[in-house]
Amino acid sequence: MKLVYFAWVRDHTGCAEEEMSLPKGITTVEALAMHLASRSDAYHKAFHNVNAVRAAVNKEFATGDTIVSNTDEVAFFPPVTGG
Amino acid sequence: MQTYLSVQTADFDIASEIDSLKSRGAGALVSFVGTVRDSSDDASLIALWLEHYPDMTEQEIGRIIKAAQARWPLTAVRVIHRIGRLSPTDNIVFVGVASAHRDSAFEASRYIMDYLKSAAPFWKAEETARGKCWVDAKEQDLEAMARWEA
Repeated sequence: MKLVYFAWVRDHTGCAEEEMSLPKGITTVEALAMHLASRSDAYHKAFHNVNAVRAAVNKEFATGDTIVSNTDEVAFFPPVTGG
Repeated sequence: MQTYLSVQTADFDIASEIDSLKSRGAGALVSFVGTVRDSSDDASLIALWLEHYPDMTEQEIGRIIKAAQARWPLTAVRVIHRIGRLSPTDNIVFVGVASAHRDSAFEASRYIMDYLKSAAPFWKAEETARGKCWVDAKEQDLEAMARWEA
C-alpha cells in the first residue's frame, strides 16, 4: 500500500510518502494509525493522538473505521485549513 | 452552467476573472478574494505556505461547486486556489459566482467559501521570524460549514 503524509504529520514522519505492506490483522484506518504510532518515537508523535489526525483512503475522506487493503493509497493529515 | 476550477501557484487577475463570469442570462456577479494578512496571531508574518493533496483537492472542489449548483440557479462558477509560498497582500483564493439575480449569487459564493475552508484538502503554514508553524483548523469555520447542513 501507499502511505501519504501532509503538513505536520509529514514533519514527524520525515517523508511525504512511502510503500508498506499492510500487516496481518490490520483492517481499518484507526488500526493502521495505531500500528504506525508504534513504529518509532517520531511516528508516535504523528499518530498517537487519533483525534488530531484525519485520513483519506484512495483520495476520499475516511473515518477511523474505514476499511483499508494492501492496494489502497492512505493519506494522513491534520484537519484541513483552506480558503 | 459554465464552471472553472484551478489549483495553481500562479497569481490571477481579479478583473478578468470577474469579467469571465458574465453571460447574457447573468444579472448578478459576486466575487470573493481571500488575501494574505501581514500578521499571524502574535507575530509579524513573513509568508504563508499552502500545500494540498493533488487530484483529491480538485475532486472535492468539484463536488462543492456541484452542490452549490444543485442548490441555487447559477450561470457560472469560478474557483481558483493558489498553493506554494505567498507574501502579505498576495491573492490566495478567488470565488466567483454568477446568477440571474443577486440573492443566489451572494448565498452561493458564501457557501462555496465556507466549504473551501473546511472540506478541501489544503493546509496552511505561517512563516514568522520564529520559523514555520502549521495553522490549526478553526471551530468557527466548521460551524460556518455546518450551518448550511442544518
